[in-house]
Amino acid sequence: MTSAKKSVPPRAEKLVFDVNPVLNERPTHYCPGCHHGIAHRLVSEALHELGVADRTILVASVGCAAFTYDYFNVDSVEAPHGRACAVATGVRRARPGAVVFTYQGDGDMAAIGTAESLHAANRGEKITAVFINNTVYGMTGGQMAPTTLLGQKTTTSRRGRDFDNEGGPIRLTEIMAQLQGVAYAARCALDSVKHVKEAKKAVRRAFDAQIAGLGFGFVELLSSCPTNWHMDPVAANRHIAEEMIPVFPLGVFRDVMKEKGNA
Amino acid sequence: MSRIQILEERCKGCRLCVEACPTGVLRPSGRFNHQGYEVMEADGQCVGCASCAVMCPDTAIRVFKSVKGAAA
Repeated sequence: MTSAKKSVPPRAEKLVFDVNPVLNERPTHYCPGCHHGIAHRLVSEALHELGVADRTILVASVGCAAFTYDYFNVDSVEAPHGRACAVATGVRRARPGAVVFTYQGDGDMAAIGTAESLHAANRGEKITAVFINNTVYGMTGGQMAPTTLLGQKTTTSRRGRDFDNEGGPIRLTEIMAQLQGVAYAARCALDSVKHVKEAKKAVRRAFDAQIAGLGFGFVELLSSCPTNWHMDPVAANRHIAEEMIPVFPLGVFRDVMKEKGNA
Repeated sequence: MSRIQILEERCKGCRLCVEACPTGVLRPSGRFNHQGYEVMEADGQCVGCASCAVMCPDTAIRVFKSVKGAAA
């Protein structure tokens, strides 16, 4: 992009967007168009901006995100399926100076790990939980999850999820927001530039809540799973906007920092 | 002029950047990387808004924004 041939003076350029040092440069194992990569980037940027990466401990979960520890340049522990918040409780209590976060999918956090997650939140453990909601069990081949939309076809709900038989999608952020120990609970989506930018602020805030010692920070990110939804990535993004957001409304459901007036 | 750099070995050809770009700079290149994915290429008037990089799940895009008035 040199302008040497023209008479206009050459312009300097500034690198405005690059991989941050908390995320390593290894290509991820996620499918093309999977929003896990965006979520990883948002978390890594929050840690980088807060300057806490060197004292951060990641508690990885089971699911597609099981290899999360491969991509973050932070210390990590792999938890048994669903038990990331329980493991994080132990890590944070043993290392009070550490910044501890879990990164869990909907099958992990909203199904097998509901008890561990809700009780860690209720105790007000000073950890942050990043909850990826893509309405299916991704890694095992697209089975129905607790968050699967009514009418959505999966390998274990062949005719579409039916409320009478399987119940409705769990809205975990609303449940979390009711608990006294939760300092921050928000739901964001990763389907558009605007929503990703909002999600970045929410992730940062969920870490702020922990670092300020106020309690449990929770952020739910509506993500796509193009492979198990049988859509291309662009159509999957539209699916989030048209089908998921009406069922899972976006917003901040609890923010103790704001309530206390030090927003 | 602003520009983007695509890290081709990280690109998975999902085309979320093509959809996000307000000026239609990005397009499939017809070339494949070592993972077997068709990588994107940039051609046109980039405004340096970084929308493509915000949407890229693989952080495969670097964005350089031109700085007015400064010498290169």
